[in-house]
Order: sequence, then structure tokens, then C-alpha cells
Amino acid sequence: MELDLSPALQKTTNGLTETFSEKIIEVYQTSGDTFIRIPSDSVIEICRYLKDEHRYTFLSDVIGTDRYTSEDRFEVIYNLISLRDRERLFVKVWLPEENPEIESVTSIWKSANWFEREVYDMFGIRFLNHPDHRRIYMPEDYQYFPLRKEFPLLGIPGSIEMPNTTPDKE
Amino acid sequence: MKLKEIASKGKPTFFKEHQNKFYQSLEDKHTTIEEFDVDDPLNSRMILNMGPQHPATHGVLRLLLELKGESILKTKLDIGYLHRGVEKIAENKTYQEFMPYTDRMDYLSPYSNNVALCLAVEKIASVEVPERAHYIRMIGCELARISSHLLWLGTLVMDAGAVSFFIWTFREREKIYDIMDNLTGHRFTVSHARIGGVANDITPEAMGLIKEFINTFPKELKDYHKLLDRNRIFYNRNENVGVLTTEDALQIGAKGPVLRASGYALDFRRFKPYARYDEVEFDVPTRLEGDNLARYYVRMEEMHESLRIIRQCLDKLPKGPVRTDNAKQAYPSKDEVYYSMEGMIHDFMMTDTGICPPDGAEAYHAVESPKGELGYFIQSDGTGHPWRLKISTPSFANLQVLETILDGEMIADTVVIIGGVDPVMGEADK
Repeated sequence: MELDLSPALQKTTNGLTETFSEKIIEVYQTSGDTFIRIPSDSVIEICRYLKDEHRYTFLSDVIGTDRYTSEDRFEVIYNLISLRDRERLFVKVWLPEENPEIESVTSIWKSANWFEREVYDMFGIRFLNHPDHRRIYMPEDYQYFPLRKEFPLLGIPGSIEMPNTTPDKE
Repeated sequence: MKLKEIASKGKPTFFKEHQNKFYQSLEDKHTTIEEFDVDDPLNSRMILNMGPQHPATHGVLRLLLELKGESILKTKLDIGYLHRGVEKIAENKTYQEFMPYTDRMDYLSPYSNNVALCLAVEKIASVEVPERAHYIRMIGCELARISSHLLWLGTLVMDAGAVSFFIWTFREREKIYDIMDNLTGHRFTVSHARIGGVANDITPEAMGLIKEFINTFPKELKDYHKLLDRNRIFYNRNENVGVLTTEDALQIGAKGPVLRASGYALDFRRFKPYARYDEVEFDVPTRLEGDNLARYYVRMEEMHESLRIIRQCLDKLPKGPVRTDNAKQAYPSKDEVYYSMEGMIHDFMMTDTGICPPDGAEAYHAVESPKGELGYFIQSDGTGHPWRLKISTPSFANLQVLETILDGEMIADTVVIIGGVDPVMGEADK
């Protein structure tokens, strides 16, 4: 597919394909946004390269998705902003269904801390070397990951401990 | 302080594992403040749980503070008390059905949330929006920004100790409620934007109210400036409190006014202009100090800029339809629904199936909501329901900033710093 990239993004993708020729799985555009898919083991080096060489200094968000029936079930998307080029770039990683884990990017962008906690809380994707690996919305005692597709919309009855509202009775 | 001591002080009886890990994380938090000696003869160190029902935490925010006397050694935040799982709900609704839920995300400025969702859906499904609808949306968004900043101003000043001021900002907010009532039919949760346009045109009454508001509000703003700008108490309580440097702000991912008060002018109305923001003139207020006072000035100036934008929108407001006429993409007008069979069928189809973006399409669209970058990421599987809808909210990112800037401050400044960061828990907890 022919890509319609701005000069700055063209430079970024050229730089990436030259430096990591083996590791860029695909570059594609949809609805005007540019996505780059990379293997999960090279996320640190590519993110560091993007930050150092192309000034993607601002991590706007980390998005998790569940692709459910696909081979590599989980997807983590890093939403990066280059303040110098005024461009947005999405870096994508696919993770297997069994034991999904990926290196945390908190060493590159500190803001990834809470964003990755949210992805862990909702999808159960583990982030290695994360400084504070806890759930963020659900309590730690909760055993399920609510945004996975198999989790029912109405929740699981009895899965969450409710406070005793009648303290007088046992 | 050792965990055993902390935990014994907390004695959690509920969600034990959660509480223990929360206390443990406070214990583990890296802090540059040097360790004090282990034995504490005056017993000046303590663990303080603040919230989630504290009135100054602007909702259900829980802070765990480790104190040494009056200064905060380190802080941890516990959020999720208002988690409703709207992203899960979104996967089971059509795009238009999901709109009322966005009202309840950032409930201080519902209009921007509606517009953010619509723009994202329009981007993924390539829907054209008429010119007039763009301008109406901009007017609504800027009114929402003023309304949100007015609440922030009132509560910030109340946190700093002046209660009566809150009533004055609420008097102005009341006027915006009236405008919204006339413009959209709802005072609070407006749900006015529609995919492909807006629900209805500006009525003459609403137009009159907006014009009256933008003529009278500058005087009110002037009074606020007169009261606060050189007010010794307000000034001293906010100056050099909660300082955030530019590097830290970018590194920790601050958004909106918090980032701009720290010296970086990132505004998505300028970064990637949406609607017709490239056709109006406005400035992006920025300050270098990064303290609470800078955040106050940035938001005050933003209200002036919003007024400027509304004025230009009213001048430029083009004539024409307010919703796209393509029945496959947007609801038909009510006249058509009630008086023609096709209109009725289209209305039913829109309600039943809704708009279907192409299979495998993905789109992210960010708007500058009053609190910062509000982005909607949508993945479509070709049906009328989103496969995944992720909302990246500014309050969530700014609360992470709060966890960092509270360290080393005084306990009495906590509420002022929370007020300055201006989190909305409905948005942070989703």
C-alpha cells in the first residue's frame, strides 16, 4: 500500500528501516494515523532510538487491546508525540495469549508508569522491570481482567468483596 | 518507617491484599529526601490517609501521605473509586448510544467530551461535517471550557480559604447552564453533538444569551483579577507551591494547563487543528514558573482566549445545515422522521445498527478539553459497535503528576495543589 507520509514522518520511518531493517514488521496508515509494528523483544531499543534521534519526547498514552481470536492475542500500542516535528506516531507490539509480558518503557518515559499499570489492570499484560507493578482501578484482591473479551459485561457475581452494611448482625 | 508499623497503623479489614500492597508501595517509593533516623522520639512521623471522602479532594481521590511533622515525605495515590468500566460498556453500544456516557466522564465540561467522541468517529468513518456544525461545536466547547475553569477557580479559592468566592463563580456558571439549556435542551449532561454534526441549530434565545454572556463576562473576569491577582493571602498560598519544571512535566506526561504552566505550549487546537480552530485567532497562554500561581494565570488567560474564540465564531458563523444529509452516516432530522417513510427507516437503522466504519480501521483523535489532551482511540471490526474504544484522559495523566509534585510539600498545601492540578475523578477513573 502506498503511504502518504509527511516529510518528518518519512524521515522517521526511513531512519527506522535503515537502523532496524530486520525488526520493522510493518508500517501502515489508517484514517490518517501512522502505525509501526515491531517485535516485542526490541521495544526498548526502538523506543529509545525514537526518543533520542527523532525527539519523540512525549508519551501520550499506552493502549492495550484484545484481538481475541487472532494468533497473537494482545496488542500494546504506544502513542508517541514528537514535539519537534509536531507529529504523532503509534508503535505497536503483538503479544501471545499465553503469559503476555513485555519490557516496561518507564526507563524511557516516566509517564508510562500509570499507563502501563492501567493496561495490566485491564488486560493482564505484565510489564517487566516496572517500578510499581500494581493494579490501578480494580483492587489488588480482584482476580479477573475486565477488558478481556471473555469477561462478561455484567461482571462476575461474588467476585468482589462488598462491605458489611449491617455491622450489628454477623 | 517499616511496613509492619505502617500496616499495623492502617489495620486493613477490607480488600486486605490491596491495602497492604498500597502501603508497601508507599514504603518502596523512591524519594530524594534523605532518610530520617529510625528512632523517632517525638513521634512526629505518621501515615495519613486522606480521602476518598474528603471534600477537598474533588471527588473520590485517596491519598496516602507519609508525614514528618508538617512536611510530606512521600505520597501515593489510590484511584478507581469511580471506575465504571465505560470502555467495556462502549464495546456493547453503538457509537451514538455511547455519547451520554461521555457526558459523565468529565462532568464539568460535557460538551468537549461529546465533540471528542464525534470527531474520532467521524475520522474513522470519514464523515463530512457541515461548516455551521463545526462553528456551533467550537462555541459549545469554549463555553464548556469557561464553565470548567469557573468551577476550578471557585474551588481553588475555596481550598485557599475564601468560601464566598465560590458562589460568585457559580453565578456565572449558572448563566452557562442556562445557555446550554437553551442551546441543547439540557443544563448539565448536554449530549448535543451528533455524529455528522450537532443535534439542533442555535435558537435565537440561545444566541441572545450567548451574546449577553460574552458581553458581561469580561467584567466579571476583571473583578476576579482585581480580587485575586494581588491578594496577599491567595498569592502567598500559591506562589512556589507544587513546582513542576518543564523537563519533569514532559517526562511525567503532564497535560493541558498543567503542562502549559510549566512552560511548554502544547495545545491540540494548534498542534493538529480540528473543527475550524485554524480559522480563528487565539493565543496559547503559557507560564514558565510551573507553580500553582502559574496554573492560576494560565487558566484565567484561557478564559479570555475562549471568549475571543466565541466572539470570532459568532462573527463567522456560516449559514447552512447543522448535520450531514447522508442517511447512512447520521440521524435524519426529526421533520423527516415524522413526515416521511424513508426518514423513519433511516432513523430506525441508525438506532439499530448505527454507523459502521470499515473493518480493521483504527483512528485516534485528540481534542484540547479544558483539562488537556482528551483522545479517543477506536478500533473497528466493521460492525456498528467499536471493537475497542480507549479514552485517554487528561485527569488521569495529571494525577500521576500530582503523585510526584506533592513530595516535599507542606501538608497544608495539599488541598491547594490538588485544586491547582484540577483533576476530575469521573474522567480519571473512567
